[in-house]
Amino acid sequence: MKKPVIDAKGVDLTFQTNDGPVHALKNVNLEINKGDFVSFIGPSGCGKTTFLRCIAGLETPTGGTLTVNGLTPEEARKSRAYGYVFQAAGLYPWRTIRGNIQLPLEIMGFPKSEWKGHIDRVLDLVDLRGFGKKFPWQLSGGMQQRASIARALAFDADILLMDEPFGALDEIVRDKLNEELLKLWAATQKTIGFVTHSIPEAVYLSTKIVVMSPRPGRITDVIESTLPPDRPLDIRDSEEFIKIAHRVREGLRAGHDA
Amino acid sequence: MKNILPIVTIVLALIVIWYGAAFKMNSTWTYDQAARAGTEVTFSDLLRDTMQQSRPLLPAPHQIASELWNTTVEKKITSKRSMVYQGMITLKTTLLGFVFGIVIGVALATVIVLSRVGRLTLMPWAIISQTIPIVALAPIIVVLSNAVGTGTLMVPKAIIAAYLSFYPVLVSMVKGLTSPDQMQLDLLRTYGARQSDVFWKLRLPSSMPYFFASLKVAVAASFVGAVVAELSTSAISGLGARMLIGSQFGEPMIMWAALFAAAILAGLLIFLVGSFEKAARHLMGGRAL
Amino acid sequence: MTRSDTRAEQVLWPLGFGLLVLVLWEVGVRLFGVSPAILPPPSAILAAILSSGPTLWEDWVQTVVKGALNGLWMGTLAALILAVIIDRFVFLKRGLLPVANFFAALPIVGLAPIMVMWFGFDWQSKAAVVAVMVFFPMLVNILGGLAAVDMMQRDLMRTYAASHTQTLLKLRGPAALPFLFNGLKIATSLALIGAIVAEYFGSPIRGMGFRISTEMGRLATDMVWAEIVVSAVTGTALYGIVSAIEKRVTFWHPSQRG
Repeated sequence: MKKPVIDAKGVDLTFQTNDGPVHALKNVNLEINKGDFVSFIGPSGCGKTTFLRCIAGLETPTGGTLTVNGLTPEEARKSRAYGYVFQAAGLYPWRTIRGNIQLPLEIMGFPKSEWKGHIDRVLDLVDLRGFGKKFPWQLSGGMQQRASIARALAFDADILLMDEPFGALDEIVRDKLNEELLKLWAATQKTIGFVTHSIPEAVYLSTKIVVMSPRPGRITDVIESTLPPDRPLDIRDSEEFIKIAHRVREGLRAGHDA
Repeated sequence: MKNILPIVTIVLALIVIWYGAAFKMNSTWTYDQAARAGTEVTFSDLLRDTMQQSRPLLPAPHQIASELWNTTVEKKITSKRSMVYQGMITLKTTLLGFVFGIVIGVALATVIVLSRVGRLTLMPWAIISQTIPIVALAPIIVVLSNAVGTGTLMVPKAIIAAYLSFYPVLVSMVKGLTSPDQMQLDLLRTYGARQSDVFWKLRLPSSMPYFFASLKVAVAASFVGAVVAELSTSAISGLGARMLIGSQFGEPMIMWAALFAAAILAGLLIFLVGSFEKAARHLMGGRAL
Repeated sequence: MTRSDTRAEQVLWPLGFGLLVLVLWEVGVRLFGVSPAILPPPSAILAAILSSGPTLWEDWVQTVVKGALNGLWMGTLAALILAVIIDRFVFLKRGLLPVANFFAALPIVGLAPIMVMWFGFDWQSKAAVVAVMVFFPMLVNILGGLAAVDMMQRDLMRTYAASHTQTLLKLRGPAALPFLFNGLKIATSLALIGAIVAEYFGSPIRGMGFRISTEMGRLATDMVWAEIVVSAVTGTALYGIVSAIEKRVTFWHPSQRG
């Protein structure tokens, strides 16, 4: 069998705060394979974002082992193994959309001659062709978030980590972006880690749903989705979909009662 | 308070640099003296002399400290050579200017917020007023005050201090008085409130945190204004006047002592007004800006 | 407050107010027979300006160009360099910021007699006073600006494995610009004050401060007012220039978007 892209074994993370130690993650075991779309879902404080940040090397676990592409998260970060999308678009207001997408290319030292090709390609992927010369503050929230996804895709990392990227958007925009994200995933074959607190979003998008619960942050259930890869929006009314959603809800409730 | 250690480090570093600079700058004079006397200067001579010249280019920190000690603790506070006496005069100017500044700042802000015409007319001039160098106006202010018959130099000096201190109050008060949002204003409209009710019951209370926050800046500005006034009106008393006198009589120690006395006084004022602001904020429920 | 102001209103109201003051001044002085030594009418001030153009120009070059502007760029550059250096050392920055904040509130203009003692009567001593006066507010504003980037933006740069210099040039530098201009606006007013005050402690026989103090002694108040007008126009113009550059450079900042 192939080696998993992301491999967590017994990951622990304890923060020292003024109110004493906080057990953010406890004994997290998880394998993510190439091309998986993995959602992390759970109430706030369950450590879903913290775990994503551990994968990104933005936090360092205090116990267990965690590898990304066979490297430590720190090494993986330095080798620019992933693109990261935050909850807010966080585009630089002083750069145009093209300029923002160009930012990682500049920093990572891509040759200048390749910039245009990369930018055009990802602008097409997120359907923002024609908006490259606009400044972020001239676009809607949904378009800004699409631009930030384009920025994360620009340098062709195999992994895409997304921390509630659509959390601040209204439901109609979110549906549309979910649909587009699936298309993008199908087109690029990336491995995606996706943090959300919306059950329909998690079920609709994922091949694997990781249910987490708080105090201490831990995994309570891992659900392999049985939905077909091709998913129109109305798949959410199917029996299969509702069954999986139900199981996610059960998992969340079980974690809550424990 | 976690910044104590870094602050102490920086201050110590500054003192060390200061000593180094004093050694370097004052050594020229030592060499000149030695050359005139035809003697050799050893390093220990040089070190000793540069730290204790009576008219150094740059006095060493301990010299300034001892001069300050002599002119505060050792002198009677009625003496004209006492920095406490001179400091009190500058302090009086500062406080008078501070009060003027607050009154003018609050009054202008009220007009600007309540009247559209007032805002259009006065706000640009308030901004322009701060771009005009007050020192150029200072002599004129003295002449005009005398012509009106204020008698002492205190009033024109306080006016100059107020000229610098009203602005931060004005800006904060305009921000504060316009801080209630449309929803809060609409709520009062549903009660059928009058304009005056809106002002007294909503705008003014909401502006209070802004008002207190502006006081620290205003008192510092007023103090700078008071010293600038003393420097530019040929005043004969006050810390700024001591700097003038030190300059005219070639007594650098007086200048430096006055400068440090001014720094200490400014620190005290800012600390006091800052504590007052904190206490006021605490009384109002600890709402931070 | 409901009606928005038109451009014409924004110009005409303050202009009209200014003219009204001038007219009242002219009429008042004539009506009450105020001695021109105490308060000359605006017409006399205008006449003084028109008849002493060369003197005013010479004074302006001495005080503004040589004294104020030289000091302004020296102090600003020094603050910029120190800020960028100290920014690398968190410990020192935590110590320097409160100290610089305190110094910025002090009447540093009191250094004027000392600088005259050190650097002589000519413009060098004036520039030195100005440089020290503007140094601290600039330092405080630049350090504040460099720290004004939120956590998410820093994390984004970490996901790119960006170096300190890259983060400084691409993220924190541009983000600090609005603060830099804020400091510059304060600094331009301080620069004129410093340059003029320093002339009260000794100067060659030209310069605005020199002229004001000597003409005041001769009771030539109209000439004093002429210098005041020149200094006022200069101060406002410098502020205007800084604002105009700010508008161009930080067009993306919410305060400039209008």
